[in-house]
Amino acid sequence: MVNNTVAKFSIEYYQYLNAQGELINPTEKLPAWAQDFATLQEAYRMMVLTRAFDNKAIALQRTGKLGTYPSSLGQEAVYIGIGNALEKQDVFCPSYRDWGTQLIRGVTMGEILTYWGGSERGSDFQASTAKEDLPNCIPIGSQCLHAAGIATAIKLRQQSRAALVTCGDGGTSQGDFYETINISGVWQLHLVIMIVNNQWAISVPRKSQTAAETLAQKAIAGGIPGEQVDGNDLIAVQDRVSRALKKAHEGGGPTVIEAITYRLSDHTTADDASRYRKKDELAEAWQNDPITRLRQYLFLHQAWSENEEKQLQQICSEQVAKAVDAYQQQPLESPENIFLHQYATMPTSLATQRDEFLAKQQQQG
Amino acid sequence: MAITMTLLDAINYALHYAMQEDKNVIILGEDVGINGGVFRATAGLFEKFGSSRVLDTPLAESMIAGLSIGMSLQGLKPVAEFQFEGFIYPAFNQIVSHAARMRNRTRGRLNCPVVFRAPYGGGIHAPEHHSESPEAFFAHVPGLRVVIPSSPAKAYGLLLSAIRDPDPVIFFEPKRIYRKVKQDVENNGEGLPLDRCFILREGNDVTLISWGAAVYDALGAANQLEKNGIDAEVIDVACLKPIDTETIIASVAKTGRVIIIHEAPRSGGVGGEIAAQIAEHCFYQLQAPIKRVTGYDIAMPYAQTEQYAIPQTAGIIQAVTDILENL
Repeated sequence: MVNNTVAKFSIEYYQYLNAQGELINPTEKLPAWAQDFATLQEAYRMMVLTRAFDNKAIALQRTGKLGTYPSSLGQEAVYIGIGNALEKQDVFCPSYRDWGTQLIRGVTMGEILTYWGGSERGSDFQASTAKEDLPNCIPIGSQCLHAAGIATAIKLRQQSRAALVTCGDGGTSQGDFYETINISGVWQLHLVIMIVNNQWAISVPRKSQTAAETLAQKAIAGGIPGEQVDGNDLIAVQDRVSRALKKAHEGGGPTVIEAITYRLSDHTTADDASRYRKKDELAEAWQNDPITRLRQYLFLHQAWSENEEKQLQQICSEQVAKAVDAYQQQPLESPENIFLHQYATMPTSLATQRDEFLAKQQQQG
Repeated sequence: MAITMTLLDAINYALHYAMQEDKNVIILGEDVGINGGVFRATAGLFEKFGSSRVLDTPLAESMIAGLSIGMSLQGLKPVAEFQFEGFIYPAFNQIVSHAARMRNRTRGRLNCPVVFRAPYGGGIHAPEHHSESPEAFFAHVPGLRVVIPSSPAKAYGLLLSAIRDPDPVIFFEPKRIYRKVKQDVENNGEGLPLDRCFILREGNDVTLISWGAAVYDALGAANQLEKNGIDAEVIDVACLKPIDTETIIASVAKTGRVIIIHEAPRSGGVGGEIAAQIAEHCFYQLQAPIKRVTGYDIAMPYAQTEQYAIPQTAGIIQAVTDILENL
């Protein structure tokens, strides 16, 4: 019998900084953009702002002022790295805890609070840079195909842009995820597929999600490159995503990037991770905190000081407080709006129901 | 100048017209390109408009729907073909959770002008999953339009309007009458309204309400009833969601009797909704109980027995006779 190896594959892993913020390979040069401390300081500021926002949002939820909320605690380097790598003309297709990226895209904290406070207005992004970005997507993994469709439109129009979609480790078990990998390979789409592997899909750990050694290797079955990056290393994330986007802009095809990170929070405020997750594991994950890592790097290179840190914390909490104030003063969603946007033009049968509803509202005063 | 065409030809003419008219119209689906679709509904489009506007996709229905949604969010107007209605279920999540809701979810910032086409219904002796009538699933979903033409002229005009509409449309094409009837249709690009029923035949004694291929059985029944001195009005609902209840109610208020005919299983069918609307709005004008002639609550039988599940002209006539006798 013939027994030849007909194909061989490998998955690369990328990382610049260790958990202590030191260069893993001291002789290696950082990418040019990362040699500029001002750029890294700005990324650091955004990570701190994202965390301040998450903390405040959870506090609001706990006091009944916000609905169920999924924190991005511990995943800030992934989202800020993506946000910084995206060009204005790209299209961002999020899952549902991607504020870090969204804030950079121009989505406001007010809009994010409005969304989780229970109003669709929160997804009517006002910033021109976010106008074409997708709203949050709750059915897991289904957004991947929308990104592929956006990337198809981009390709058909021969534009120098790309779509970037995020999904979680759980999302990679969905058919829509695989179908996205497949079509993006066949059609060489302008697409970057980011797997934000935070190790937990609510209570299901990564190892119970798939027997595959990496999630990145799922790309290989679709004939497209897949790689892993340390998702808690801002420099590595931003660098790898930038490269993948540049390739996509130039029509070089899609890339899957699995960012290895950790969900330091509960799944959402409605979840209690202590039911299924060991304390030790969480404590160990905190040793790998992405914010501490970048701060340490900046400290080590005298590009950050305790004083600057104190000021930043102050500025961030003021910024968040201001957004929260505005959110709390915002009038509630107007009831008749529930009928307004079902169709471009309201059908007669629906208008009848709306009139019935409004009459009832009036009766009840 | 009018062209004599089948319903299938009409679909093809409408697609040609829409693609010529708007460069954003993109055809996608399985075998829609060089093969022109398994029923040839997309024949000639690939040759005329090229591979960047007629896209043969990999074999994955959820992907076809999700891709179409994404494309539409960039201003394209995808017309996606599902090869048979029985294969649309993998795409259900994409259609219901996203296409139907993107406008509301973003308060109008984004919308999904996609047409999801599929051959529909039984009567062609096809294998399992090729003869279904799943319109009720979609007619239940806010944000969708569900359109089912019953003739070449209706197919041409309704498909053009569906493609031009800014919201997602499920467009089911009754395959039993794809090639059965020919009609003279003007290829002039004129659309038909998506918010109105069509009264195909006026009458005073009973209203026969139907859509798709069953409309022919209703018309056949009306012709025979006329010989017995019974004057039947025939309504082609055509647009099941949103539905034009005004026309239906006005007709039933006039005739006082109504038979609703559809191929889909009875329980939870769109006929039930129509019956409820009639009961709510013209109960006191009714001279007989509302009656349904429909498929049974069974899985669509295979070819040997499918005719027993599809309403027939004789069954409609019997139903009319029953309600008249019960007076």
